[in-house]
Amino acid sequence: MNLSLTLTINGETREIVLDDPRVTLLDLLRERLGLTGAKKGCDRGQCGACTILVDGQRINSCLALAISYHGSSITTVEGLAQGGTLHPVQQAFIDHDGFQCGFCTPGQVMSAVGLIAEGQTGDDPERVREAMSGNICRCGAYMGITEAVIEARGKMSETKPEKAA
Amino acid sequence: MSDTISLPGGNARFGSNSGQPMTRRDGVLKVTGAATFAADNHPDGMLYAVTANATISRGRVTSLNVEAAKAHPGVVEVITPANRPPLAITPEAKPYPFAFNIEVLQDDTVRYAGQEIAMVVAETLEAATEGARLLAPTYEAETARVGFDDVDSFDPDAVGVGAPPVAEKGDIDAGLAKAVNRISASYETPAQYHNAMEPHAMVAQWDGDRVTLDTPNQALVMSTGAFGAWFGIPPENVTIRSPFLGGGFGSKAIVFGGQVLTVLAAKMLGRPVKYALRRDQMYGPVGHRGATRQAFRMGMDAEGKLTALEHLTTSTTSTFEDFIEPASNASHDLYASPALSSRHKAARLDIGTPGPMRAPGEASGSAALESAIDEAALAAGLDPLEFRLRNYAETAPMSDKPYSAKALRECYAQGAEKFGWSKRPMQPRQMKDDAGRLVGWGMGTALFPAPMFQAKAKATLRADGSALVETAGADMGQGAWTALHQIAADGLGLDIAQVEFHSGHSGLPDGGIAGGSGHTATAGSALHAAGKDAIAKLTELAVNDEASPLFGAGNIGVTARDGRLHRADDPSRSESYGEILARAGVSELGGEGQGARDPSSAEEYAMFSHGAVFAEVKVDPELCQIRVSRLVGAFAAGRIINPRLAASQLYGGMIWGIGFALLEEAVHDRRSGRIMNANLAEYHVPVNADVPPMDVILVDEDDRYVNALGIKGVGEIGITGTVGAIANAIWHATGVRVRKFPIGIEALLAETSAH
Amino acid sequence: MNLFEYIRPTSVAEAIAAAGEPGSAYLGAGTNLLDLMKGGVTSPNRLIDLTHLPDLGKIEQLPDGSMRIGALVKNAALAHDTAFSKAYPAVAEALLSGASAQLRNAATVGGNLMQRTRCAYFADPASACNKREPGSGCDAIGGENRHHAILGWSESCIATHPSDFCVALTALDATIEIEGAGGRREVPITDFYLLPGDTPHEETVLEAGEIIVAIKLPANAAGFAGHQRYLKVRERTSYAFALVSAAAALEIENGTITEARLALGGVAMKPWRSAAAEAALAGLSPTREAFEKAAEAAFADARPSGENAYKIELGKRVVARALAMAAAGTPERMPALPASPFASDTGAIAHV
Repeated sequence: MNLSLTLTINGETREIVLDDPRVTLLDLLRERLGLTGAKKGCDRGQCGACTILVDGQRINSCLALAISYHGSSITTVEGLAQGGTLHPVQQAFIDHDGFQCGFCTPGQVMSAVGLIAEGQTGDDPERVREAMSGNICRCGAYMGITEAVIEARGKMSETKPEKAA
Repeated sequence: MSDTISLPGGNARFGSNSGQPMTRRDGVLKVTGAATFAADNHPDGMLYAVTANATISRGRVTSLNVEAAKAHPGVVEVITPANRPPLAITPEAKPYPFAFNIEVLQDDTVRYAGQEIAMVVAETLEAATEGARLLAPTYEAETARVGFDDVDSFDPDAVGVGAPPVAEKGDIDAGLAKAVNRISASYETPAQYHNAMEPHAMVAQWDGDRVTLDTPNQALVMSTGAFGAWFGIPPENVTIRSPFLGGGFGSKAIVFGGQVLTVLAAKMLGRPVKYALRRDQMYGPVGHRGATRQAFRMGMDAEGKLTALEHLTTSTTSTFEDFIEPASNASHDLYASPALSSRHKAARLDIGTPGPMRAPGEASGSAALESAIDEAALAAGLDPLEFRLRNYAETAPMSDKPYSAKALRECYAQGAEKFGWSKRPMQPRQMKDDAGRLVGWGMGTALFPAPMFQAKAKATLRADGSALVETAGADMGQGAWTALHQIAADGLGLDIAQVEFHSGHSGLPDGGIAGGSGHTATAGSALHAAGKDAIAKLTELAVNDEASPLFGAGNIGVTARDGRLHRADDPSRSESYGEILARAGVSELGGEGQGARDPSSAEEYAMFSHGAVFAEVKVDPELCQIRVSRLVGAFAAGRIINPRLAASQLYGGMIWGIGFALLEEAVHDRRSGRIMNANLAEYHVPVNADVPPMDVILVDEDDRYVNALGIKGVGEIGITGTVGAIANAIWHATGVRVRKFPIGIEALLAETSAH
Repeated sequence: MNLFEYIRPTSVAEAIAAAGEPGSAYLGAGTNLLDLMKGGVTSPNRLIDLTHLPDLGKIEQLPDGSMRIGALVKNAALAHDTAFSKAYPAVAEALLSGASAQLRNAATVGGNLMQRTRCAYFADPASACNKREPGSGCDAIGGENRHHAILGWSESCIATHPSDFCVALTALDATIEIEGAGGRREVPITDFYLLPGDTPHEETVLEAGEIIVAIKLPANAAGFAGHQRYLKVRERTSYAFALVSAAAALEIENGTITEARLALGGVAMKPWRSAAAEAALAGLSPTREAFEKAAEAAFADARPSGENAYKIELGKRVVARALAMAAAGTPERMPALPASPFASDTGAIAHV
């Protein structure tokens, strides 16, 4: 069985040979590639802590069989900041206290980046709440999260126009 | 990764650090994925452990297919009661504080579903996981007892952590007899699970007779003694690194079996071992909020003043350990009544031992008490806020002690004003939104004790005028990395940018327990005192040095500010810390501090944080789906170190209130005893769309007795008051009083069928 | 999770051939299959990865006006496809009310059709389940069954089908295009799912090795575009499965219902089309009385399978409301909370 695959991770193309067909993208990143930003909160697609972008779309990496994603381009939270500059979503999460313990935060941040790219919510807090509901925050930082998404979206749309909803 | 996490300066500010709404100093680490949680560690040669957990609730394991597990590629070892290496103590010994009788594969007994019955260790997580499945245990099962009605209750010796189970004053029956209006009502709260986003995890690695544990822990130094006890090594041979906890809520304060087995596996195999619980494995071995039944009797005189308040709780616990949810104690300290009775009973079920979960006792007790108070207000014909004001306690009702500070009246007033409470119609089913949904308004009083524990800290002034402060604190999201840092900087009279802060490592001075809403007060006091101690020593150097502008100011005194000592009588005469140290030829100057409550204050005063929560709910009149649409909380909790982070904690607590009121419940199969919704898809915690626009008001309160800094805590109080406020709002919207939590569609549907 | 062989075919024919081996399972996005494998509910020994197959990812308008959706189209992509959501707004609303944005981005429409029940006893290998292990019994009966079926259940199985998407598809007479060793065939979605009867492990008409290649929505379904809604009652505002849901579509001419479509979710092991309710509505004015009459008809045969009698009453109310919402007209824009009773929140409070 051929368990080799090519992935572009945070801009870097990598040839990977899996030791086991069962490996999920999440466990590949966390346990084999040293990218522990994405978190395992439930491992069953029920919490969103493992959210990453695959080909620009946010997904739960815990329910993604790594071998099946051959040829994909992946962005994790580690790949978001450019140099020393935080992504607008990251900065907005800090400014609006959109987290407490920080465990769900990489997933929230990646989900927010995906949400903004999807261009469906505008700056309607209700739409943002709904669109962020796949990311559970047990500390209850939802107020800050919603504010942060709206602010980051606004800042990002100042620099590049959002796709029409 | 370095051995200890330290956060550098930056974010320069002038003047006092405390009181500033600084953003989290660990914020960049957390938003970039660089914050290292326990399961992110990966030492060379690490193995993965996965436990098999019981699927029966009572009985014994009769077989485990160890051969099949071992035959799976990558499996290194299977640990069962048959081959488990010896431990230094037994689970019954409990020689350390907060020791629970836990499962460490001591025998083949099963005491609850979800109990660890074997551990498989493998080269990969995938292999260990499949190895655990291949064990395919068989059992000899006995009838599971998981409901209140399955067993008789008993009178516990203690409730919560060592509290008396009964407290009474006055004559309840006499009080009821002379009452003009009376209510009696019973409420039920279900088993709830902490469900911190970070599942419990540990990476254990031995070096000779020393062990290093990466594990989220709410009480680092205390836990070194616990792990030391299990392995017969002194506490100083145990290093616990817990820079970040992915939520704790009480569940990461108590050592559980899987942790001990992980340390054991690492020792047995001579390699580092990682064990991370699956989400479903968090429903059993790591505590929960025990279910309660709570019965009230209240009597009111013609003015609506309570003549009697009786609160009887029956709490569930396990068959082998006591943690009795002290729910009735929520009635000790809030409403004035000449006759007051709080009592507890307990019921032993085939469940994992409950434990402290965010506002233990208070959350469940407040949910029921605030609902009952609403019913009493209605019976007395009074607005619920007016009723609470008429029963306002000027001294703590059960103990008769004065409050150290109590700004509850201001909380009521400011919260009510912000919410618009005065427009509330008395009768239910009076309000609709323009989409036709029923709208209701309810309120609840929030109350939580303001305890202090014991903590130590060190402060070191450096030659360049900067400083290092150290304590083994724990940040599980409450913001210790920031708030403690702010306090420490103030103790040193330095800007926070000049102060380096080390925490989250057991090798540091004991930071005490992050729990009971007492960590900021306790560890903060220690850090502040350590800074003051260092400054006192620095002052000694300066006032005795003829070359210093402060020479001879010993009697007059000096003040430390902005990195300089100033003469108290002439602030223009000052000198920088660095200059003083340089002239004295001292490269480092250390101070030590302790945090603990003054025993005489503790004896004399009742110490609590207070608050008032106002809730608006909307209920679909036919479909009965419920949504909280507005929440306002006003809280008085002494001196607020960081208003931004304090508000976040209060929002979080109030959101827990939403979960408690509407969503959270572990559902046991009555036959097997297994929890059938042991996952985050079906054990519902609030999602973003459940959370409405909220307001938190931080009400000024100057508490001179609680501690020198006037700090209380805000970690738990938010959930109290909120649950009752939401339940009361649902009543106000629908006219239906649901006395069983969580309040859902089914309950309202039954009552609205007639409409 | 057991070890398995992984195969990545390059054509549908190759996939079908590979699936000839017993113990094979097709892998779509895996959002359901991997979940079940992690839970030990299913243990295939070879996974045939369909996600790299060409030509299954298109949304096409066919010459006859119908719309054909490739099986590998993602749930989110379909819901946000402008032409699709304009023609079949209730389907888009149903899609967007399901799961989370992340799952919708990953999950395929073919996989959605094949998702398994959320019955907790099915998901728990320690429980008896005739669906998971034929002949072992049903622990949901007599167990925690507040969420279980009230229509079409049997003494062997009281589970429900979890999909939202399929409910809306069922209301609109979708057909499913299937390819197998014997070629292609089309099956109406109303015939695709099997009720449990004595064989609850048999859930669809798919033969071994057959693959769903596409879903088709007929041209005439678009006739309902102005009056169709999906309504989903949940305990949690979002990211929750339905207690009861309904897809309702109406054709209204001159104040009279000329044709009605109604399908229910959360009530049976298949998306439940109610011909009786549809018949009851034909020729009536779109009034509350008419909708309540239809609701009674829809649940005439309902009976509790346990502690879930409340779902019958709830179901009737959901039907009446969904029909009323459909009659009121499809909203211009997808509601902020799709399919929620709180979908339109204007906020203003009027004292009565």
